Amino acid sequence: MKERESAARGIQLSASLIIALKAIRTNAVRSTLTMLGIIIGIGAAIVSVSISQGAGQQLQEQIESFGTHVLQVRPGSGFFGGRRQGAGTARPLTDRDVEAIAALSDQVEAVSGRVQSAATLVVAGRNWPTTIQGVGADFAITQDRGIADGRNFTRAEARRGATVALIGQTVVNELFNGGDPIGARIRINRTPVTVIGVLEEIGASNFGQDQDDIVWMPLAAVRSRISRDSGSVPDNAGAITIKVWSDLDVLAVEREIEDLLRLRRDIKPGADDDFVVFNFAEFIRARNETEALLGFLLAAFSATSLVVGGIGIMNIMLVSVTERTREIGLRLAVGARQRDVLTQFLVEATVLGLIGGVVGMLVGVAGTYLAAAMGEFPILISPWTLGGAVGIAILIAVFFGYYPARRASRLNPIDALRFE
Amino acid sequence: MSATAQADPGPALVQGRDLCKRYSMGSSTIHALLDVNIDIHEGELLAIMGPSGSGKSTFMNLLGALDTPTSGSLTIAGREIATMGSDERSRLRNETIGFVFQQFMLLARTSALDNVKLPLMYTRLDSSEKDKRARSALERVGLAERMDHTPSQLSGGQQQRVAIARALVNHPRMILADEPTGALDTATSEEIMGLLGALNREGVTVVLVTHEEEIAACARRVVRFRDGQIVDDQAQSSEVGKQ
Repeated sequence: MKERESAARGIQLSASLIIALKAIRTNAVRSTLTMLGIIIGIGAAIVSVSISQGAGQQLQEQIESFGTHVLQVRPGSGFFGGRRQGAGTARPLTDRDVEAIAALSDQVEAVSGRVQSAATLVVAGRNWPTTIQGVGADFAITQDRGIADGRNFTRAEARRGATVALIGQTVVNELFNGGDPIGARIRINRTPVTVIGVLEEIGASNFGQDQDDIVWMPLAAVRSRISRDSGSVPDNAGAITIKVWSDLDVLAVEREIEDLLRLRRDIKPGADDDFVVFNFAEFIRARNETEALLGFLLAAFSATSLVVGGIGIMNIMLVSVTERTREIGLRLAVGARQRDVLTQFLVEATVLGLIGGVVGMLVGVAGTYLAAAMGEFPILISPWTLGGAVGIAILIAVFFGYYPARRASRLNPIDALRFE
Repeated sequence: MSATAQADPGPALVQGRDLCKRYSMGSSTIHALLDVNIDIHEGELLAIMGPSGSGKSTFMNLLGALDTPTSGSLTIAGREIATMGSDERSRLRNETIGFVFQQFMLLARTSALDNVKLPLMYTRLDSSEKDKRARSALERVGLAERMDHTPSQLSGGQQQRVAIARALVNHPRMILADEPTGALDTATSEEIMGLLGALNREGVTVVLVTHEEEIAACARRVVRFRDGQIVDDQAQSSEVGKQ
């Protein structure tokens, strides 16, 4: 009973808050200087987190735009008399390689060869130079790209090399001037081709290339009629794009495909592959490691500032406790318990942390936008970052404020009252 | 109200039995208090005197429950101080004892009203009751018109009256005044002593420490310390109320 009463008694938080605000306002300059460390630390933390989250988000978007489960196989470097000939000089990949990979249907959702050729399109007196890609019927699946209008070509059309085309929106705009392109006949390198569909508009790639300025045609048709690539094997499939089932481990499938191709290409154990399997997600991740390092350095800087800021708070709280020793003695004499004094000074430290955190948050947001404007970084300022930053500021203030507060609460009232 | 130690009207407000306070200074032990026995009754007006080092400050610290005796027993309002923890003593001080200091000990840049409320901050009274008590305490010391003034806007005597209001605000059984007039001129000192005397006549026990005989003369009982012991404890005719 006595315990419960004494627990019920005690200084109210609101009263502590008023005392704290008064103390901080009384020493406004000192308090502001004290909070600088926290402000800088929190500001830097928000800038670094927002930049690295922005980079992370961009990375995710890039990976998603390529597809996380997409592999590409290209011929590697060939050998001629012991000399390596450079990328793409090894034996080409063929339609039969595409079929063999497609046969791994429990691992591969879609697979398509792709050859590329530049050509000029002509229709009704207008012309437009663009890129022609010869692909399989499943290429759209590997690219996660839909057909906006009309239809995709069938596997049968792909197999026989039908002179049909899917065209991108840019091509539509350049050649048809708003008219309906479906069913139109266009000439590509003098070959008449029927437009059967319009590709979903996806805009520029991450590398700034207009992905709507393109034509897709059956690979066999491009090979025989558009590019007329005489130097290559007749069933050259170019680069093979593979979409792995999304619930599988891409790296395992990647190894499986490597094994298959080594077997098909008669590569002896121990010899190097003469083809390259390219994993977009891994590539992009590797490329972003430098940005991650930058983010880490900024984070380390902000952590250092926060510790320095915390020490600043501890220092100023110690000064405050010393200056107010007589006040503490008086409070203890008139009935404050140790925990009341502890609370009072912890609240004061918390308020310093809170104000520093909020100001730091504003500085951080401004700094982030400034950095984004100057460095053209992608940024992502999430409410979690802001809330977390203020929370960390308060935690630091409480952590570093605890020792001075405890020291205040342990003062002997007799000595404290007599303190000069 | 007869309130001398000789004529015992009931259980004493303060009972000190064989009180000792020892400090060790290196190898030697200093007896700040040695076997002090004293009873203080409800309603007394008592002065404690003695040269510095006589043990009077040590005794006042015990009487204020700011410290515990090394040995012996001290009960205040029926409760044993010797075995109390610091939080328990805080509560006892809050509810039973009002402190008045030589240097007033008011919080700067804080209104008289808020200064008086300070002890109530550590109670669970609701804020309207706190306000009511603080206002009535200030009215009691004659500062009804000065409640919003901060200490720097008040004279020394007014500041000490704010401090007395603060001591009164939680309805204590006993007011401990440590050299309450030490920082005041003679006229103001008399005014403050008049106020303490009036409070005493209303029933509050007042214990004051002083080294001024004129001040001690206001008390009805004077206890003199020397070398950690009570060397003289006698009732006298009070001059309080003559002003």
